Amino acid sequence: MERASTYNDRVVRQFTIMTVVWGVVGMLVGVIIAAQLMWPALNFDVPWLSYGRLRPLHTNAVIFAFGGSALFATSYYVVQRTCHVRLFSDGLAAFTFWGWQVVIVLAAITLPLGLTQGKEYAELIWPIDLLIAAVWVAYAVVFFGTVALRKVKHIYVANWFYGAFILTIAVLHIVNSLALPTGLLHSYPAYSGVVDAMVQWWYGHNAVGFFLTAGFLGMMYYFVPKQAGRPVYSYRLSVVHFWALISIYMWAGPHHLHYTTLPDWAQSLGMVFSLMLLAPSWGGMINGIMTLSGAWHKLRTDPILKFLIVSLSFYGMSTFEGPMMSIKTVNALSHYTDWTIGHVHSGALGWVAMISIGCVYALLPKVFNRESMYSIKLIDVHFWISTIGVVLYIAAMWMAGVMQGLMWRAVNDDGTLTYTFIESLNATYPFYGVRLLGGTLFLVGMLVMVYNVWMTIRGSEPAERTVIQPA
Amino acid sequence: MDLPTLRGLFTLVLMIAFVVIVVWAWSSKRRKEFDEAARLPLEDGPLADQSGTARTAGTGAGEK
Repeated sequence: MERASTYNDRVVRQFTIMTVVWGVVGMLVGVIIAAQLMWPALNFDVPWLSYGRLRPLHTNAVIFAFGGSALFATSYYVVQRTCHVRLFSDGLAAFTFWGWQVVIVLAAITLPLGLTQGKEYAELIWPIDLLIAAVWVAYAVVFFGTVALRKVKHIYVANWFYGAFILTIAVLHIVNSLALPTGLLHSYPAYSGVVDAMVQWWYGHNAVGFFLTAGFLGMMYYFVPKQAGRPVYSYRLSVVHFWALISIYMWAGPHHLHYTTLPDWAQSLGMVFSLMLLAPSWGGMINGIMTLSGAWHKLRTDPILKFLIVSLSFYGMSTFEGPMMSIKTVNALSHYTDWTIGHVHSGALGWVAMISIGCVYALLPKVFNRESMYSIKLIDVHFWISTIGVVLYIAAMWMAGVMQGLMWRAVNDDGTLTYTFIESLNATYPFYGVRLLGGTLFLVGMLVMVYNVWMTIRGSEPAERTVIQPA
Repeated sequence: MDLPTLRGLFTLVLMIAFVVIVVWAWSSKRRKEFDEAARLPLEDGPLADQSGTARTAGTGAGEK
């Protein structure tokens, strides 16, 4: 069979497996640092195990290793299926896989060693940044090359979202990582002071908007209709959703810098754009959930659909919470408290992780030539364990955060602070315990997935799939 | 023209662009193309059936 007439599912299989592997690793590190917050002695006085070094390892592992692999896997799968053509270049696709794995391994080595640029979600030192840029350019060439070769006239909306994600991350990564190296392991950033802060959070919030949102919306627009067996609720809405979301996200970053030395007008601008984001976010969520209208009964029997639809519910919750927290008066209470951590995990566990998990369950049997996953029952078990885990986690952090905010701002009649910081920390301990339990449950769910995935692919003989002709 | 005026005009241009996109997307001329596009994910048949219930997906062009 001619190679050009089949799909390149090899790279999809590789990234799908690594999604599960890095998911377990990243969440395990998360559980370890959650335990360290309860029992600080768990760093064993070893520098490499200290909270400050493991925390960026956790965030990098779950965002870029787990989330990134899920995005690579699904985008390569979706772009081939909806464009009716094989990937533009097998060689470059393989380079993106191995290059990305090398980046992750280098991150896992350098971060515990304390080698960092000190920018949140952009901690990796400049030589690794260069490799990321090279991998990303190759990714863009493969993706857009495949879109250019498509056999149908229309570019399906999922590919628009994936395309925006790839393009924007390239720009964000390169601009925010500009630095002057002073040696192999150290560099100075190109910006200083408040400009550096603004560039960092322009990067940081758009990493949320494009890496953790647009890319995963690409997944939603393919896998929700696919799994529900019906076209998306409104294709017209999806077009407006796309343009509104990408135009507004760009300007919301300053809400990370409320009440700092960032000019007041920039803070207000960030707040207004963050509030407006509610509209396209909910437009997209409604479009995804309503795709099931007339087929709600499938939710009862299909645990993969449960993952997908519940992830959209969490997306709706966190995109309501986000704009609310960007209001300056609300932010005065929430900022620097564990409320922010709760908000992030409602998005990261509830939305990003759960839609990725649902997509992996949907994708895996397809690319490993199996009828279905080894056990549907275990998918359901995974769904309930992780849902209970997320709810425990975010509820604990909400309560802890609001309590901290109220304690920190409480003043006596004579103007002195009512509580010392250590009193607020003491009051937080029970919530740290609940958070640890929630996080552990989520990790246990991932281990159930590992077993199910292993039993599904064991002894499988992946077949080459013929590129189907456009209808 | 001073900067505030330019900013105001830019806002106006973006608002008009939004309205144009909405009108374009909801125009009846687009309907057929969008209906076809919306079926693109369903063309290679259903994903592996996980639930045991019959699906209504696809155009019948199953994978071979």
